[in-house]
Amino acid sequence: MIEVDHLTKRYGTVTAVDDVSFTVEKGEILGFLGPNGAGKTTTMRVLTGYMPATEGRARVAGFDVADQSIQAKRRTGYLPETPPLYTDMTVRDYLLFCARIKGIGRGDRAARVKAAMERTRVADMAERQCGKLSKGYRQRVGLAQALLNNPEVLILDEPTAGLDPKQIIETRKLIKDLAGDHTVVLSTHILPEVSQTCQRVVIINKGKVVAVDTPDNLTSRLRGSESLFLQVDARGADVAVELGTVDGVTGVTVTEARDGLTALEVASQSGRDIRRELAAAVVNRGWGLLELRPMRLSLEDVFLTLTTIEQDAPAAPAPTTEAA
Amino acid sequence: MSNMLAIAHKELKGYFASPIAYIVLGFFALMFGFFFYSLLLFFDRGAQGGPSVNVNEQLIRPVFLNATVIFLFVLPMVTMRTYAEEKRSGTMELLLTAPLTDLQIILGKFLGAMGLFAAMLALSLVHMAVIFWRGNPEPLPVLTTYLGMLLMGGCFVSLGLLISSLTRNQIVAGMATFAVFLMLWVINWIASFTGPTTQAVLNYLSITDHLDDFTKGIIDTKHLVYYISFIAFGLFLTARSVDTERWRG
Repeated sequence: MIEVDHLTKRYGTVTAVDDVSFTVEKGEILGFLGPNGAGKTTTMRVLTGYMPATEGRARVAGFDVADQSIQAKRRTGYLPETPPLYTDMTVRDYLLFCARIKGIGRGDRAARVKAAMERTRVADMAERQCGKLSKGYRQRVGLAQALLNNPEVLILDEPTAGLDPKQIIETRKLIKDLAGDHTVVLSTHILPEVSQTCQRVVIINKGKVVAVDTPDNLTSRLRGSESLFLQVDARGADVAVELGTVDGVTGVTVTEARDGLTALEVASQSGRDIRRELAAAVVNRGWGLLELRPMRLSLEDVFLTLTTIEQDAPAAPAPTTEAA
Repeated sequence: MSNMLAIAHKELKGYFASPIAYIVLGFFALMFGFFFYSLLLFFDRGAQGGPSVNVNEQLIRPVFLNATVIFLFVLPMVTMRTYAEEKRSGTMELLLTAPLTDLQIILGKFLGAMGLFAAMLALSLVHMAVIFWRGNPEPLPVLTTYLGMLLMGGCFVSLGLLISSLTRNQIVAGMATFAVFLMLWVINWIASFTGPTTQAVLNYLSITDHLDDFTKGIIDTKHLVYYISFIAFGLFLTARSVDTERWRG
């Protein structure tokens, strides 16, 4: 549904997006993750036809965003980082105007506007001026605008920014409901959001794609070995020694020892499940096993690892430009 | 066409949703009324002196030529927000990612501003009605005067759009537009002090000079070409300016 092929965008001498390629399948939710200034917004702006790429191509719903921009734009709904509202229009008038410029026929407009307002829960503010709305409402009116023409592709730049926790949950649910019929690309700086809503993640740093995968694969891929977390009601040193003798254990680290309780991280050979053996070892010594669970890298860890690796790589720019 | 009208409609509504339209219309009504009244007094005094008075030449024409100075002040207010405000508030992103061509957006904005200008000009119909009711002027020069006014207004609007597209600050756009209008207004003042070629060029550039024949009831293709090409060139440069904005980001 979306094909991005060796896309590069330069502003003067600054390269904002550098040779980015990825594809999004129909009905998928793709999360776009990256630190500030990584090139997320620029990539989205190229996809929506707001600005042309310096090199490379992008196709949306089968149409080239540069050469067949009108056809591509007809099939795209876009929520920019700042909701593009006319402050002196009411919500209804604004959405009616958006419906008109999106080519929705006169007869359909009122119904489409009503449907979009209900979907994004802004109907109660229909007669309020956009300039007088709270940030959360502005964001949702912007989202309503993107949904108006029922586009095949939705491109959402930080759709949950400025919303309160309840609204965030509602919006995430809305986005999940939209997938299937719609293909969604969303950018965010909230990492749990990606693991909760997206089927695939593109991590981008300094204009380059550093990883494309499912959230689960990303977290497991970065684990060289399996780690287990244990809590035992015994002295730390004894436990560490005892558990170190269990077959398959490659390392034991005491992370916390307090009030006779010991928390440990046990690393094992990859692909081997040693939970049974560990539990037996603890119980055989007469200790109490209070907790035993596999440790997973959070997406935060993945994100930090990937974006830090990039900085350490020899190809990384000189520190002076990094600081800028 | 429909898209263009959608933009024009939005622009026009925007003027009336903000104080701009009322300030512009009110200012024009006040100033035009004053010009009309004072020139009517002069005309009245002249009419008592001799028999050869011509209401077209001695009242209507000077009123409109004087009224053009009002445009100098109000049109920058009309055009200054067209692009600057869209860029500042981020709605430019909405327009440029909607299935619209740049030309539809530009022509829509041009039409919207011209709509307000025409509404302003329409206020003077009241005064004309009074003249036609009490006097006996020729209708044709009045019609060509209105045509000339609309064309001249078009030049100012197209130039104002261009300047507004260059900045995201309305005040900067407004001041720069006013400065350029004023310059085009007075550029031929020094014409008589320059060589014949420069003089011809300066006189040709002056935006008001071309209006003269229209107020006399003459439609000269020379002036039509000037005004229409001025408008087209202004809109063309606006299109280029919007396009470079995309490249620069």
